[in-house]
Amino acid sequence: MARFEWYGQGVPGVSLEDLTGWLIVVEGTDGVGRTTHIDALRTHLERTGYAVAETGLTRSDLASRGIRRAKQGNTLGSNAYNLFYATDFADRLEHQIIPALRAGFVMLTDRYIYSLIARAIVRKADPEWIRSVYSFALKPDAVFYLRIEVPELVPRVLATGGFDYWESGMDIPMGNDLFESFIQYQSRVIAELDRLAETDNFQTIDATRPVDEVSNFLNERVTDLLANGATLRAGT
Amino acid sequence: MSGPLPAVMSGTAASYGDHRPDHPGRLFVVEGIDGSGKSTQLTLLAQWLRSEGYPVVFSEWNSSPIVKATTSRGKRRNILTPLTFSLIHATDFSDRIDNEIIPSLKAGAIVLADRYVYTAFARDVVRGCPPQWVRSLYRFAIVPDQAIYFRTPLEVALRRILSGRPKLKHYEAGMDLELHHDVQESYKLFQGRILGEYERIVQEFHLTVMDATEPVEVQQRQLRKSIRPLLPKLRARRSHGAI
Repeated sequence: MARFEWYGQGVPGVSLEDLTGWLIVVEGTDGVGRTTHIDALRTHLERTGYAVAETGLTRSDLASRGIRRAKQGNTLGSNAYNLFYATDFADRLEHQIIPALRAGFVMLTDRYIYSLIARAIVRKADPEWIRSVYSFALKPDAVFYLRIEVPELVPRVLATGGFDYWESGMDIPMGNDLFESFIQYQSRVIAELDRLAETDNFQTIDATRPVDEVSNFLNERVTDLLANGATLRAGT
Repeated sequence: MSGPLPAVMSGTAASYGDHRPDHPGRLFVVEGIDGSGKSTQLTLLAQWLRSEGYPVVFSEWNSSPIVKATTSRGKRRNILTPLTFSLIHATDFSDRIDNEIIPSLKAGAIVLADRYVYTAFARDVVRGCPPQWVRSLYRFAIVPDQAIYFRTPLEVALRRILSGRPKLKHYEAGMDLELHHDVQESYKLFQGRILGEYERIVQEFHLTVMDATEPVEVQQRQLRKSIRPLLPKLRARRSHGAI
């Protein structure tokens, strides 16, 4: 029996039978520390002897440049952004994630369809529609959700360069300035991620705990998962 | 965890066809395989509409200035799959809907679209994307006031296209489907399948069918006749000579 499942009908022409690796997702809003924890997890897994590959939003060969260019001018319609990100994700699913899973790698994914769905919903996309767009996605073995509240997020963002236009949702202005908009936007994104954590079986981690503690916890959970050939299958 | 099934799985997705906003403008769409003569007819229609005093806006498939660069990159490097081919065209279309088609309709223009969602329904499904998924993907598209399908026998369309000895491109010829190693043979097989898919679409979405084997001027007369009753009333025109 195949280890993996699709959310819906899957990717045309791809068989689940050949996928033997692990798909581990780290989700969480902007600035929550995903990169730090993924780096540590990768080192830990490689030391243990696993082959690890990584991907993250807008890292596709096909669409990354196009998205970057579009963001510079902010001229695309917001629904077109939703679909541009879906294109980027599909390209990475087919050209990075699936090949790595075929080769038996542990695929560490810095955000998956969930952040994209959350952002789209905050930008007024119909939740049912955006989910159906992503019905070609694989259900991950586990989604670790680094959860934080906006008040705790603010000092971290200030420490790492301040408020970003897009991470503050300034394309859909929600306040009089960058800060107000950031608070509004991030609160809504987090609320959507919380909803997805329920429906899609996330493993929620309190990201306000000390970095080492969070990292150790994540490393242990993933190592257990791989060693026992188990899964904390995400998905509805 | 239990929860509602994704719409595509349960088959209850609100699909393309629900979005019919009331704008002062009108949207007319032509569809058909390459060589059906639809673009010629659309150009003639535009000339007539302009001479009648209507503001006309063209919208072409795959023409969003920002998205096009990515589509071209994918095509040039042969890295598009059925899925990404479908999604990047939907991205392009979505941008044109929001930045070109809807504003023009709000402004009262007659928007003429050379290919519309039906092109995606035909091509993407022939490439292997699930029909229901593609229809749901384009749910944001507004339903045109009229969509005219230029029905052409395959041999006629192929003769029109291939007699010019065109340099057929990889995706245009459907080479990604690996139907045939020869580009021209692949193109023929691919167009044949698209034709079959169009016939299903004509039924499903009640497209207006035009016999594209008729002489150009006969088709144009019929086209104007079928569109005339759908046109909005013109506001009084400025008299000639006024500044």
